[in-house]
Amino acid sequence: MSLTIKDVEYVANLARLELTAEARERFARQLADVLGYIGKLNELNTENVEPLVNGAAMTNVFRDDRAQASLPREKALANAPEQAKGFYKVPRVIE
Amino acid sequence: MNLVELTGIQLKERIVKREVSARAATEQLFAHIEAHEPRIKAYLTLDMAGALAQAAAVDAKLGRGVQCGKLAGIPVAVKDNMCTAGLKTTCASKILGNFVPPYDAHVVERLKAEDAIIIGKTNLDEFAMGSSTENSGFQVTRNPWDVERIPGGSSGGSAAAIAAAMAFMALGSDTGGSIRQPAALCGVVGLKPTYGRVSRYGLVAFASSLDQIGPITKDVADAALLLAAVGGHDARDSTCADVPVPDYSAELDDLPAHLRIGMPREYFGQGLSPEVRKSIEDALAVYRRLGAEVVDVSLPHTDYAVATYYIVATAEASSNLARYDGVHYGYRTPQKGDIVELFSRSRAEGFGDEVKRRIMLGTYALSSGYYDAYYMKAAKVRQLFKRDFDAAFERVDCIICPTSPTPAFKMGERTANPLEMYLSDIYTISANLAGIPGISIPCGFTAGGLPIGMQILGKHFDEMGVLQVARAFERQATYPRLRPRLAI
Amino acid sequence: MEYEAVIGLETHAELATETKLFCGCGTRFGAEPNSQTCPVCIAMPGVLPVMNRKAFEYALKVALALNCQIRPTTRFDRKNYYYPDLPKNYQISQNCTNLGTDGYLDLQVDGQMRRVGITNVHLEEDAGKSIHPEEAGSDFSLIDLNRAGIPLLEIVTAPDMRSAAEVDAYMQTLRNTLLYLGVSECKMQEGDLRFEASISVRPKGATQLGNRVEVKNLNSMKAVVGAVEHEIERQTEILRQGGTVARETRLWDEVRGCTERMRSKEEAHDYRYFPEPDLVQVEIHEQWLADIRAGIPELPLARRRRFTEQLGLSEYDASILAESHELADYFEACLRCHNAPKPVANWIANDVLRELKEQRKTPTEFVVKPDMLAALVKLVEDGTISVAGGREVFAEMCKTGQPPQAIVEARGLAQVSDSDALNKAVVDALRAHPAVVADYRRGKKNAGAFIVGQIMKATKGKANPKVVSDLVRQHLDKA
Repeated sequence: MSLTIKDVEYVANLARLELTAEARERFARQLADVLGYIGKLNELNTENVEPLVNGAAMTNVFRDDRAQASLPREKALANAPEQAKGFYKVPRVIE
Repeated sequence: MNLVELTGIQLKERIVKREVSARAATEQLFAHIEAHEPRIKAYLTLDMAGALAQAAAVDAKLGRGVQCGKLAGIPVAVKDNMCTAGLKTTCASKILGNFVPPYDAHVVERLKAEDAIIIGKTNLDEFAMGSSTENSGFQVTRNPWDVERIPGGSSGGSAAAIAAAMAFMALGSDTGGSIRQPAALCGVVGLKPTYGRVSRYGLVAFASSLDQIGPITKDVADAALLLAAVGGHDARDSTCADVPVPDYSAELDDLPAHLRIGMPREYFGQGLSPEVRKSIEDALAVYRRLGAEVVDVSLPHTDYAVATYYIVATAEASSNLARYDGVHYGYRTPQKGDIVELFSRSRAEGFGDEVKRRIMLGTYALSSGYYDAYYMKAAKVRQLFKRDFDAAFERVDCIICPTSPTPAFKMGERTANPLEMYLSDIYTISANLAGIPGISIPCGFTAGGLPIGMQILGKHFDEMGVLQVARAFERQATYPRLRPRLAI
Repeated sequence: MEYEAVIGLETHAELATETKLFCGCGTRFGAEPNSQTCPVCIAMPGVLPVMNRKAFEYALKVALALNCQIRPTTRFDRKNYYYPDLPKNYQISQNCTNLGTDGYLDLQVDGQMRRVGITNVHLEEDAGKSIHPEEAGSDFSLIDLNRAGIPLLEIVTAPDMRSAAEVDAYMQTLRNTLLYLGVSECKMQEGDLRFEASISVRPKGATQLGNRVEVKNLNSMKAVVGAVEHEIERQTEILRQGGTVARETRLWDEVRGCTERMRSKEEAHDYRYFPEPDLVQVEIHEQWLADIRAGIPELPLARRRRFTEQLGLSEYDASILAESHELADYFEACLRCHNAPKPVANWIANDVLRELKEQRKTPTEFVVKPDMLAALVKLVEDGTISVAGGREVFAEMCKTGQPPQAIVEARGLAQVSDSDALNKAVVDALRAHPAVVADYRRGKKNAGAFIVGQIMKATKGKANPKVVSDLVRQHLDKA
């Protein structure tokens, strides 16, 4: 299974990572290496094996529908890179 | 003996008996840090003012005759991927370089409730991704035993701080070995609890189904105390078990009469340094002398651990790290552009290479067309790891093996090839995949004077058993108790 | 060639819980921006979600009411995509194990019963709000995360609808059902209920589906109906001309009354769904389901049917009364005091509803309690007061909250209904207008009405017009 530059472009776009051409090439090589290694999982027969996706075995963990204090607005926005009139500010998003 | 060489418990006893004030102890510690930190660089943030204030508060409480918490007056270092309210929490990443959380992680709340003194935040591989702390976005931490070598990772800062006596106790986090491996490479004790034993609320997520917080300490007794202090149920973490926390300290010196120790044959094959192998075998001989039976067991899927981990962990990480986008907090690119460019440039400029690699790997493993072949496949193999350990634990009470195939390697030795770095985690990863607890304790030195660590793995929620087995060996003192020579 | 439309609808309903789905922040609409957020819903580093039990139970309630199969074990998945009002850049939703599947909703359209299949019902979290200022030169957008994390129920139909009328009936019935269940306030102007329609057209009788167009930006039920009608026309015309309908997403333009292709390139989203590792699975055992089922009231359609079939109400009256759970309860409470379904229904559908609208009150808040209305209706029915008198009493009841009997007495509105008492007035009137009597005898039947009118005048409106009318006729028909 070889990973192409196009694959890296696709994945970098999905992951919102802007890469230089040089970085794309370098990562393509390194990731191809790792994926090649990971391919060894295909040596294993996992038919009828239940996937294990949770670290914990519990079920039905809930909380009551009871109000807790929210953060005061200044605290909520304190780490915001840019804000205006109580909102987070970003470049215009075209719908 | 220099105060800073005491263990946490020894210091606490003196403080509670009022032989030394918490404040004096903290001051001495900071003087020691001032002397050695420039060389070791274990800390990203030191909070002397805050620490002294906390120490004064503890002294005042003691002065009034008020009962203090389990960790009264003990200076503790916290890995910088756990949120501390009002104190910068960076995950050693530029993307959180100026992030000040408005809340404390659950474990930090517990430390404060038990009257510990939080002295600062330690260095790590960026977002806990790495095995040497070389991936930190800010600084390189050196192994106090040999400053040309890495301290291990990702909790390298915490392990180095303990080894250099620049903290009395520390918290680290372990996703694929990040507590145990640096503990081994720095000659200290590091415990990864059972998944769900300690709340992850406030631990910046790397791989949600693998991450756990645990103690990094000078000895086993300290680890037991710290684990009891921070462990237990937290309603804010749905994956945190509602299982009572035993008083680990109380029964630490007990040892089951007919202890059966498993020695997994797959862990003693190729790639294991001969010196490390000998050290572990010598340790097993000690256990035999104590009356334990050493049984050959098989963990047949060991060879697939690294491959499985690097799909599961990176897949979860690719999603967990999506939130770092320059909108609500964290680094934002100064370049002008549209919203997509804002995301893509902030992340490209804020993240280091290893983080980018893992995000891309994880994204690939989840992407359309590859989900079944990678993510689902890895999840199924993960089930096989659980079965391996379940089967082994039918025959033995615990498993003993090396923590790391080699002692601490030199800086830059493995940075060129990511895959080579990933393979250093071969002995620690399986425990995370199965969710079982594991401790690394020092068991000897190489001829070159580098620490060697031994791992003890136990059944789910059997931290007590693991700690007892560890303590039993520690008590035997079968190898020279060296201290790193900290050149000034 | 005749064509038919195939329509499916996707609904998002905000659940009316106190707090958000994964944290304890409030859900009140209209709060100051970013004043109802916390580290969890802002998605700060290190936070974790914890499921709101009530939201989950509301979801189960709806799934049961929509006749769905409920999975014994359900879990949540992450839907990964980037958007500034989605703070984690993934949404916790359900994909592989939707909690309800293969259900249906029965509707009444043009007097016919139609069944619309419900493909799935699942629970997910809402995103925040993006505001794009309109001032010229505004090159920025503003984000408010108050809404981020509010529990959302997604309900997806099978492509079973065939006309805008059916879509309308579906939306009304679904909305009513949600109101009846008490799980959502369904205020479209507050964004409680959002719709997306999928429309395709094919030759009538064909089995294969035509290319599907998804329509977004539908901010009211009226918009949905308009958009569906427009799309059916647009697509049919394309096919008639021999063209192909493009498979795409379009936006409804309310002002111009048409759909437009979306400007931004709708990339085929690779959502990379995978199981949410921060949440554990939910096991839904029979007892839990039974408890929830027990809490489901008689639903709108069933109630309407009972009103028409058992109580004999007209379709029209029944649908008005069953529209609101509270109104239907009010109606039935009245019946328990005075069992006269048709007159009571009449009063409620007209006078009560009008009053409620003016006062902006709910039936439960209404000052005229069911027993009071029932008493009023009885007074009118048994002739104690005239209909006009009844209206007067009702108006006073609405103002003062007094019981009807007291008002009737205070105002002396009691009609005279006693035949003997009225007999003299009838006789007098007949004697006073011999010409009119003669007209009647000659065949002019409505001459009688004139006599009745005279008697009403003479008694200052106090005579019971029906009794008078009967007496007049008796006398006239006698001789």
